[in-house]
Amino acid sequence: MSRFPDLASGSRPVGVVSFAQYDNVRREDARNEVEMLMPVVAEVFGNIGITKDDVGFICSGSTDYLVGGPFSFVAALDAVGVWPPRAESHVEMDGAWALYEAWVLLQEGEIDAALVYAFGRSSMGDLSEVLSLQLDPYYLAPLWPDPTSLAALQAQAMIDKGAAGEADFAAIASRSRRSALANPKAQVAYDRSPEELLAEDYEVAPLRRHALPPLSDGCAAIVLAAGDRAYEWCERPAFITGIDHRIETHALGARDLTVSPSARLAGERAGVGAKKVDMAELHAPYAHQEMILVDALGLTEDVDLNPSGGALAANPMMSAGLIRIGESAQRIWSGQADRAVAHATSGPCLQQNLVCVLEGV
Amino acid sequence: MAERCAVIGVGQTVAKSKREDVSIAGLVREAALAALEDAGLGFADIDAVVIGKAPDMFEGVMMPELYLAPALGAVGKPMFRVHTAGSVGGSTAIVAAHLVASGIHQRVLTVAFEKQSDSDAMWALSVPQPFSAPLLAGAGGYFAPIIRAYMYRSGAPRDIGMMVAVKDRLQALKNPYAHLHLPDISMQMVEDSIMLWDPLHYLESCPSSDGAAAMVIGSEQAAGVATAETGRPPAWIHGMAMRSEPTMFAGRDQVNPQASRDCAADLYRQAGITNPRADFDMAEVYVPFSWYEPMWLESLGFCEEGDGWKLTQSGATSMIEGGDIPWNCSGGVLSSNPIGASGMLRFLETALQVRGLAGEHQVADVRRALGQAYGGGSQFFAMWVVGTDRP
Repeated sequence: MSRFPDLASGSRPVGVVSFAQYDNVRREDARNEVEMLMPVVAEVFGNIGITKDDVGFICSGSTDYLVGGPFSFVAALDAVGVWPPRAESHVEMDGAWALYEAWVLLQEGEIDAALVYAFGRSSMGDLSEVLSLQLDPYYLAPLWPDPTSLAALQAQAMIDKGAAGEADFAAIASRSRRSALANPKAQVAYDRSPEELLAEDYEVAPLRRHALPPLSDGCAAIVLAAGDRAYEWCERPAFITGIDHRIETHALGARDLTVSPSARLAGERAGVGAKKVDMAELHAPYAHQEMILVDALGLTEDVDLNPSGGALAANPMMSAGLIRIGESAQRIWSGQADRAVAHATSGPCLQQNLVCVLEGV
Repeated sequence: MAERCAVIGVGQTVAKSKREDVSIAGLVREAALAALEDAGLGFADIDAVVIGKAPDMFEGVMMPELYLAPALGAVGKPMFRVHTAGSVGGSTAIVAAHLVASGIHQRVLTVAFEKQSDSDAMWALSVPQPFSAPLLAGAGGYFAPIIRAYMYRSGAPRDIGMMVAVKDRLQALKNPYAHLHLPDISMQMVEDSIMLWDPLHYLESCPSSDGAAAMVIGSEQAAGVATAETGRPPAWIHGMAMRSEPTMFAGRDQVNPQASRDCAADLYRQAGITNPRADFDMAEVYVPFSWYEPMWLESLGFCEEGDGWKLTQSGATSMIEGGDIPWNCSGGVLSSNPIGASGMLRFLETALQVRGLAGEHQVADVRRALGQAYGGGSQFFAMWVVGTDRP
């Protein structure tokens, strides 16, 4: 039996070999982003006994708008200590896309390992206002539609279509927060029935508080290693057998918000359906979005959904997607799963989606 | 192993103080359409889109790739947004090229832009940070002490910076896309302009521009098709490298950063460059403030450390004076600075030169050219070499 899983021809096997994340909290007032990242970076290296000198590339994901200042990722680099200087890059996107960039570089064969990290403190400002600035500045942003209101439009569209009901959203929230009880990094975890949750008031109808993500401060890091290097550092690397991302058009009125063609396409290109899927970590900040993604990815009922609790348990902006990949990898290392689908999203109502399929041998 | 890749189309907008006639989408589309046309392609032929720009506060739109996806034909495709401070235009091109070099895509559209008239760029990049004393305003405020350190180390005469300011603006007169067209520029005019950050006069500083740049990067197969269709040759990428170093580290040499030297060394090894001054026929190097020309001449190995100012003084870097190693024939960052685009403009101009398409500012017989961009506190470097020959 090969040490590596089946890959598209010409692909180089790249595995997730280490993962670390911050204790997700509502508000990290005592530490700035650099101070939050330092222990996480130390841990992701320490887990496997390596140092920054063992990686050939560093890529991070974050956004200036959370900090409220330009070049916010620049200071964060101090958390890694890039001396001597290193090949390094940054995306103003969730760390899952930074991981994609590192994966691409690893395909070329010049380097064997990369560090990926992501960070963001939602508590620095009013996230609803901040995320409204992500929208078309001429026609949409001036209306200040906050992400919860936009998500509510999407959820209502699903109800109107007969595709879902509020009870479904409550069931997802109940299951996710119960799963989160077993996740030491979860911010919101409880054991409440869907009926209990349905008694909550609406935040923005038809979404009640339980269907919304928490506001989180957090950060995370992953080490990728290629080929034999992956086995030097990890007994059972979580190999990336497929990874793809796609974006949809921006204007919400030009999209059918009840389906996700970009997640579907990314899932197909990543080869989700090629073999049995044991588990999926889906970056669905709003409960109803899990249903859209399950449908888009063709996940069957036996797939273990968001065992970490998902983004409903903790939603650190810019690292929540990367964390889905890390949570999946962890369960492959431990043998809990052999094949996992990890997903990340960006933009209003699942506008952009990344799908990553991980396998252990 | 890495696949061959090449620039098969380029496009740029005229850089201006304010492009009030277009939205952000309109601005980027102008450059993108020009690049596609140059490559003989349409949006449908593109596999992926990579955009890059500097801080989003320059336009007030967070993560604008979300809003721009339809304008750039990215719907249903992978779309990426790179942000590495001032070097971003260069690193964006490199990220795009790796998508082809890795064999994942055949044709990638890469766009870099800034519509910084939508904000006040100088103050947008001077936002005070918690627990940091605000020591400066504007990028020039950060670099001026470093420049003074260079002058002290090298013993350079005080007028070297002004010579660069004049040279680049004279060269810009031959570039219809450049922002600043100052036909009367002279040493006296520069010296008479207000002193902003000693030793930098106003006219030794880059302008604040709105602008966009775009390139289509293609595989070897795509390059063959493009040349067959358009008759225009590709600019083959001979090497590309990026390096970063920390902001706050006592061991840094901010005047001649290690990351710059390491980046150049890696690049030159890839591209087989042993004597930059002789091996390159021209270079487009990120010089936003005049004195960075002599400083980068040294750091990039065009001369010995301490001699950069002599090279500038001799006219070797002047296309107009027939220098042997013309730098910034486009007018450089000193003549146009849409911040997010400037790095890509450097790379784009090298591609134009190698393809023989630089029009009035074309240097004769360019076989190999160097493109360099830097950003942050002189800590992020992105560089590439393009050439006429297939590697």
